[in-house]
Amino acid sequence: MTAAFWTVAETARQIATGQITASRLVDATLARIATVDRELGAFLDVDEAGARATAHELDRKRTAGEPLGPLAGVPIALKDNLVTKGIPTTAGSQILVGWIPPYDATVVEKLRAAGAVIVGKTNLDEFGMGSSTERSSFKQTRNPWDASRVPGGSSGGSAAAVAAGLCAASLGTDTGGSIRQPAAFTGVVGLKPTYGRVSRWGVVAFASSLDQVGPLARTVADAALLLEVISGHDPRDATSLAAPVPRYTAALAGGVAGLKVGLPREFFDGHGSGTIDADVRAALDRTIAMLRDQGAELVEVSLPHTPLALAAYYIVAPAEASSNLARYDGVRYGKRAEASDLLDLYRKTRGAGFGPEVKRRIMLGTYALRSGYYDAYYKKAQQVRALIKRDFEQAFTQVDVLLTPTTPTAAFRFGAKATPLDMYLGDIFTLSCNLAGLPGLSVPCGLTSEGLPIGAQLLGKPLDEATLLRVGAVIEREVGLGDRRPGAIA
Amino acid sequence: MTTLTRNEVEEIALLARLHLEPDELDRMQTDLGAILEHFVTLAAVDVTGVAPMTHAGAAATDMTLRADVPEPSLPVDEALRAVARRDGDLIVVPSIIPGNNS
Amino acid sequence: MTRTVAELLEVWEPVIGLEVHVQLATKTKAFSASAVGFGEPPNSLTDPVVLGLPGSLPVFNAAALELALRLGIATGSQIRTRSRFARKHYFYPDQPKGYQISQYDEPLCEHGHVDLILGCAVKRVRLTRIHLEEDAGKNTHVGAVSHVDLNRAGVPLVEVVSEPELTSAEEAAEFMRSLHRLVRWIEISEADMEKGQLRCDANVSIRPRGDHRLGTRTELKNINSFRHVQNAIDHEIARQLRIVSAGGQIERETRLWDAEAGQSASLRSKEEANDYRYFPDPDLPPLVVDSAMMANILRALPELPAARFERYQRMHGISPDDARTLVSDRSFAEYFDAACAAHPGEGSGRTIANWMLTELLGALNAEAKQLSQARMSPGMLSALVGLVENGTISGKIGKEIFAECYATGDPPLAIVLRRGVQQISDEGVLREIVERVVTAHPKQAEGFAAGKDGLFGFFVGAVMKETQGRANPILTSDLLHKRLGR
Repeated sequence: MTAAFWTVAETARQIATGQITASRLVDATLARIATVDRELGAFLDVDEAGARATAHELDRKRTAGEPLGPLAGVPIALKDNLVTKGIPTTAGSQILVGWIPPYDATVVEKLRAAGAVIVGKTNLDEFGMGSSTERSSFKQTRNPWDASRVPGGSSGGSAAAVAAGLCAASLGTDTGGSIRQPAAFTGVVGLKPTYGRVSRWGVVAFASSLDQVGPLARTVADAALLLEVISGHDPRDATSLAAPVPRYTAALAGGVAGLKVGLPREFFDGHGSGTIDADVRAALDRTIAMLRDQGAELVEVSLPHTPLALAAYYIVAPAEASSNLARYDGVRYGKRAEASDLLDLYRKTRGAGFGPEVKRRIMLGTYALRSGYYDAYYKKAQQVRALIKRDFEQAFTQVDVLLTPTTPTAAFRFGAKATPLDMYLGDIFTLSCNLAGLPGLSVPCGLTSEGLPIGAQLLGKPLDEATLLRVGAVIEREVGLGDRRPGAIA
Repeated sequence: MTTLTRNEVEEIALLARLHLEPDELDRMQTDLGAILEHFVTLAAVDVTGVAPMTHAGAAATDMTLRADVPEPSLPVDEALRAVARRDGDLIVVPSIIPGNNS
Repeated sequence: MTRTVAELLEVWEPVIGLEVHVQLATKTKAFSASAVGFGEPPNSLTDPVVLGLPGSLPVFNAAALELALRLGIATGSQIRTRSRFARKHYFYPDQPKGYQISQYDEPLCEHGHVDLILGCAVKRVRLTRIHLEEDAGKNTHVGAVSHVDLNRAGVPLVEVVSEPELTSAEEAAEFMRSLHRLVRWIEISEADMEKGQLRCDANVSIRPRGDHRLGTRTELKNINSFRHVQNAIDHEIARQLRIVSAGGQIERETRLWDAEAGQSASLRSKEEANDYRYFPDPDLPPLVVDSAMMANILRALPELPAARFERYQRMHGISPDDARTLVSDRSFAEYFDAACAAHPGEGSGRTIANWMLTELLGALNAEAKQLSQARMSPGMLSALVGLVENGTISGKIGKEIFAECYATGDPPLAIVLRRGVQQISDEGVLREIVERVVTAHPKQAEGFAAGKDGLFGFFVGAVMKETQGRANPILTSDLLHKRLGR
């Protein structure tokens, strides 16, 4: 196995035992990025100098016998909505072109403290708003399995980079499925933690009550390791949880015997205006059968308010987004337009700096928060959200974990979604999890007849990432992609 | 389709401080209308006695406060490094009065 | 026929409500650990949260909560055990996030009151609410541009909103003064209006007397001192009266007070069509206040001005005017209480109050000093009063001793002994002196006996001269009358 596709655990071991120096690994990684990413388009910024400096320091430490962290020498990529000190951060938007943050996000600090080598910032839908990375204002990212198709979004760059072996793992963010869906589309593992499990300090806010940072990796074990490093209470984030962080890596081997796995019927009978792709359905059926063979009990459950999730999400998220993006006015940072007066400054800066999808969501959110509309829209959506959460709580009295397809279809082609609504409808399976604040994991469970990856989604109780990872490990072992690698760009 | 008047779209664009070209306004009117139409499903839902879920999960009960201990401020040059227009250590913006800034 | 304001006020009643912003005396800002300061170099008190940088998040200051609660409890407000922060959206250069974190639907305090001491009585003015919010930066217009300094952005404030039940500009000014005194009294704010630590907006309307509905109100901004409060509101009332008496309608608008010009101007702009789009701030979980916290604060609250005002009259028989002066500042009241505690007794309060208000405050004012800078402690004042009351020194000498004690901080008794000015109250000694003096001036003695009353003072003066002013004046007078025959 080439170093490009080593797991995080393998990489860390190779570095720690001196079989490869961090500097050599970084060189190889950067060289591979330089060639492969020309077509892939996963990176917005590659921090060669920073990566080399970190690697150099690690090598010095190792030689001097100083202790190394659990991710020492491991090349990691970061979605470009994670604030990095001294490294340009754009959130995929023209409005932040040239912005160099004076501070690091908490997750970045934690990765660095663990010895990770940050190789660069990855492409995303602008401000996290999108499901295909087509909404990046800078470039297209391609799916390494099929260059005519999207890698998913909004963490498309992070997913593609991991799938194509340009880094050992990456971090993305998930507000309505933005880690899980691209993970499913690119055949990697993607985890959205329980809301509050991981600090949002330094995460460019999209929807404050929905956003979470999570890992994308090639194996479940890698995702568990990353999760261990980035989780924990942060006094700088008032919504972060005080609960202690378990050793997720220790909980993977349990198997599924005796576990109750729920199948929410609303996710399987093709609700919404799109039916589930036949190949996706087949892969899920195979997964279900396998789990049964492995000793799990499969139970049909119901989450009756599921059909409302799309509407609730597309009111709450844009409303919070319209508020969080009010700060982008060109006054203190970001690209400022020429203007004759203050009002002109605001309107032109934001009009020119934001892309169409972002503008659309800001408009939607502003609409929903207007006085006279607040009760019927935002407040109502938050109440429906409470009902959706209640559905899950009810289901979890009967089962330990839920299994669904991550997406109704595999990766679609560029330009395939004709209208915004078409794009939104693809998120129907991932949205509820964010609304309810629950953890969610996408694990590859097969390929379509066209050779495109399919993801199985596991949804868990609050703070029960351990069960998700345990079940995910079984799926990975039994019906995962094994050694198969993307063929189109690699 | 939920009708959004062109006027409403312009009002919202003003509230959100977004300059939209006429064709953008047209598209926005269509797109928003279609999306809002989809939200009609929410109107019928009975939410009597349901508290709005403004925070997710445990965050609703955990409250963090901060001790009143000062930490070093950002040095002025770092704080203002990204400012497009400065006058010494002050941030400069055009005045609020239209046409006053030549 | 045009009528005067006074005539119009017979028919029309002004209705005033105040919204007062008080800067809380914390070391750091409301939502981040950036220091609070005044007069610092521009943009030197910032951090990612204050600047509203992408990815920054607010965490609330525990001290700000404590201080706000103290005010809530001191005003007898209902405290919400779970209150919420809300985002108030508007675009302005001094508002980095494009929204202010404030409170809307569920404020920390409601339905409290502020007690005004007007003349002899206490008038209780009701409050609608007190809520927490963060301050904006400073935006200064300089020709065609504005300069923005964010040092003040994020400073914690409480907004105190009165019910619209102030009935005159004078009352409004008194409300401001009372609130100013209260927040300083309970040490939650320096409330220096010149530093912008206490700011007020006034909502003014008029209605026919006897009508209970509220008329259209205008909002007055840019009121920067107590004097402005009265002038600006008086001016606005007169402006509204003129309009209605000419048959016009009051427009709902915001007006900026221009103190130099002595008038207000309408603030008409697109900015005014503001829909703040309030919603609960998702970055901040509900603010929880428990009963233990509130009990501690209640226990630690000092006796408040209005209560002391009444107690001083009731317990010490002090006049309302004097009582009002004693409670105009907490340091006065504490000094007075300490002096009284050191010198209990019937009527001692009144005596101590007299000495404080005439001698002590007079001396301090002459030097433009604060009471905290006085070298004379409450104990010393009460000792001095004691020395006069028990006859050790006369009242006249007492004033001299006061002056020296004030200047040096030496204990009064030590000064008395050092100067040897103890009062002579020994009858025997005094009788001898009286005898000597009368014998030495036979002509005057005859004159007095013959009816020249004014000569009595001559003899008193002579005795005083003999005794370096130490003779007990009452005894002296008695003995002289006896010796002189009338």
